[in-house]
Amino acid sequence: MQALSFDEIAGLISAKYAPEMVAPSQGSLVVGGEHLLEVASYLRGTPELDFDYLISVTAVDYRGHFEIVYHLTSLQHSHSLVLKVRCPQDKPVMPSVVSLWRGADLQEREVFDLMGVSFAGHPNLKRLFLWDGFKGYPLRKDYSSGT
Amino acid sequence: MALKTEPFVLNIGPLHPSTHGVFRLLATLDGEVVIDIEPIIGYLHRGIEKLAEEREYQKDIPLCDRLDYVAAMSHSMAYVMAVEKLLGISVPERAEYIRVIMVELQRIASHLLAVGSIANEIGTFFTPFMYMFRERERILDLFDMVCGQRLLYNYMRFGGVSHDLPEEFIPALAKFINQMPGYIDEYDQLLAENEILLVRTKGIGVLPPELAINCSVSGPTLRASGVARDIRRCDPYSIYDRFEFDIPTRTAGDCYDRYRQRIEEMRQSLRIIRQAVEQLPQGKVNSQVPIRVRPPQGDVFVHVEAPRGELGFYLVSDGSEKPYRFHIRAPSLINLTPLREMIIGWKLADAIVIFGSIDIIMGEIDR
Amino acid sequence: MEVGRERIYSAAELDAHEGALIEALRASSQQPVTDPDEWLQKELQRNVLVTSVDAVLNWSRRSSLWPVICFPACCAFEFIGASASRFDMSRFGMDILRGSPRQADLLITAGTLTWKMAPQVRRLYDQMAEPKWVIAMGACGITGGIFRDSYSVVPGYNRIVPVDVYVPGCPPRPEALLNGIEMLRQKINARSISTEGE
Repeated sequence: MQALSFDEIAGLISAKYAPEMVAPSQGSLVVGGEHLLEVASYLRGTPELDFDYLISVTAVDYRGHFEIVYHLTSLQHSHSLVLKVRCPQDKPVMPSVVSLWRGADLQEREVFDLMGVSFAGHPNLKRLFLWDGFKGYPLRKDYSSGT
Repeated sequence: MALKTEPFVLNIGPLHPSTHGVFRLLATLDGEVVIDIEPIIGYLHRGIEKLAEEREYQKDIPLCDRLDYVAAMSHSMAYVMAVEKLLGISVPERAEYIRVIMVELQRIASHLLAVGSIANEIGTFFTPFMYMFRERERILDLFDMVCGQRLLYNYMRFGGVSHDLPEEFIPALAKFINQMPGYIDEYDQLLAENEILLVRTKGIGVLPPELAINCSVSGPTLRASGVARDIRRCDPYSIYDRFEFDIPTRTAGDCYDRYRQRIEEMRQSLRIIRQAVEQLPQGKVNSQVPIRVRPPQGDVFVHVEAPRGELGFYLVSDGSEKPYRFHIRAPSLINLTPLREMIIGWKLADAIVIFGSIDIIMGEIDR
Repeated sequence: MEVGRERIYSAAELDAHEGALIEALRASSQQPVTDPDEWLQKELQRNVLVTSVDAVLNWSRRSSLWPVICFPACCAFEFIGASASRFDMSRFGMDILRGSPRQADLLITAGTLTWKMAPQVRRLYDQMAEPKWVIAMGACGITGGIFRDSYSVVPGYNRIVPVDVYVPGCPPRPEALLNGIEMLRQKINARSISTEGE
């Protein structure tokens, strides 16, 4: 029942994973896309970390690459963590974390719908808000509605 | 002899009296029992996130009001808090107190609507609803007094609120908070032990706490399942650490508990308002922030306890006048995640009650 | 009890069908539908012989307007407010909100219309029995309002259905809505069976 500060969490992570897999940067952990599931299950399954509650999943288009942002918290220890994962614009595929946190289900579909990042392993990945046949992904920076 | 049955698909919505807006439910039924559902949303997707990224920070406040039009104050407060955090500015004491009074009043108004809708859903067509609306109108009158609007207020500003309370507000508010507990008792007399309500809601649509946590459910729906997570307590924002209030929880996590949970939260909100009115200091209500703001580069995540759950704003600034990324963590949307588990196995009429007891607002789900 | 789960159409086929409907309606609704205002010019042509019939018909039509439920967004709560205890819309014979368009003669468009929703609203309007009227409530109903620039919002209900009365406001107060209903009642009162169906 002890809340860890960000530095302590980052210390635990750096002790376990190589810096090219996970690196702390400005109050958040930057994770390589291919290691996301491994790191996430460590964060969720380790008793002293116990990140059991996924607050939010979203994506940012940084013109050139996407950054998927996960906000995690632990109900028991009440500490929280931000995970950031980069993924290239030409191959926007990410592993899905639905198997760890069901709460990601609708949010990953939302990212897929509006930002065009697909999540491998998602059980029902299809458009959430927009209709079938809508062209483009509106939240991308190069999207223009043509009006 | 056992009868052979065949499943059939029933489409409910998007325009249906019991779907709280434009929500579509594709239910597969076996007789009257729901064996599969698929929620389909997006019929009110207005693209608020994109619109907000195309406008200046100040112009996004009215958009935030329109996210959850039953709790506009809470949403604009969360947004201005996020921008204030980006800008690194503080808010005058009096403005903080006014904000707390406003959002707690808003919580009561929103919960009144939620409780009225649950009663509607079980078939008491509009009678309890009219009682709830009687008090809701009084809260709307208070808001009207302050900002001239009944529904979408546009009252919050970066660094405070747009203007001070009018003179007649505090006496009117005091009258309201003295009378409201009596009204809540009246609802309890009407509903709490009502035979029909008990039969239709007790044990129906149970949401176990483990599933609720795994599905990132928040707000009264989560607390009714016995998880005491309230942002006002676990990550205090604004001045909530100065007030005494309880975080009520229930244990069963069924529709009845979700209804009772909201009644209890209304009482707690009244407690907070009473303390805030007593402590309300004099002074400025706005710390002269220029209309056009240019926050420094960076990102920020602010979450607050909105009436429907944990509302978060994730803003990314690139140093310009417009937000580079504007994301809303909408509690109503995420609370829908365990809907399948909650509904499957119940009869269609119960499905409507379960759905109603989550208390969703389409504006916030679809954005 | 084992239950089969085959469907005639798969979920993907249903989605594709819906998407095609939306795109088709979007392509065909780029211009506003003309507002039905011919009653303004034809007022003089009214046939004296049928005035009593007109009076009775119009009295019955304007006194029992039954609105259909079409509540996409914010304005719905002001509409509910208008029909709830304080503003009491029942005084105009409007207390029954119809869940079925076939029993209604008034469509009050309380909220933003998106292209995804548009086919449903069009169908709702088509299913209402004549004579029928439409009140566009709120800024979004009139022009798309604050969301006009969006990629998914219909700029005004008059792209989809002909609108009789526009009630501005964001959202309009219940008093404004009641004023709009009063205007519609006057409009109905100006109808004549001698000019109907031309």
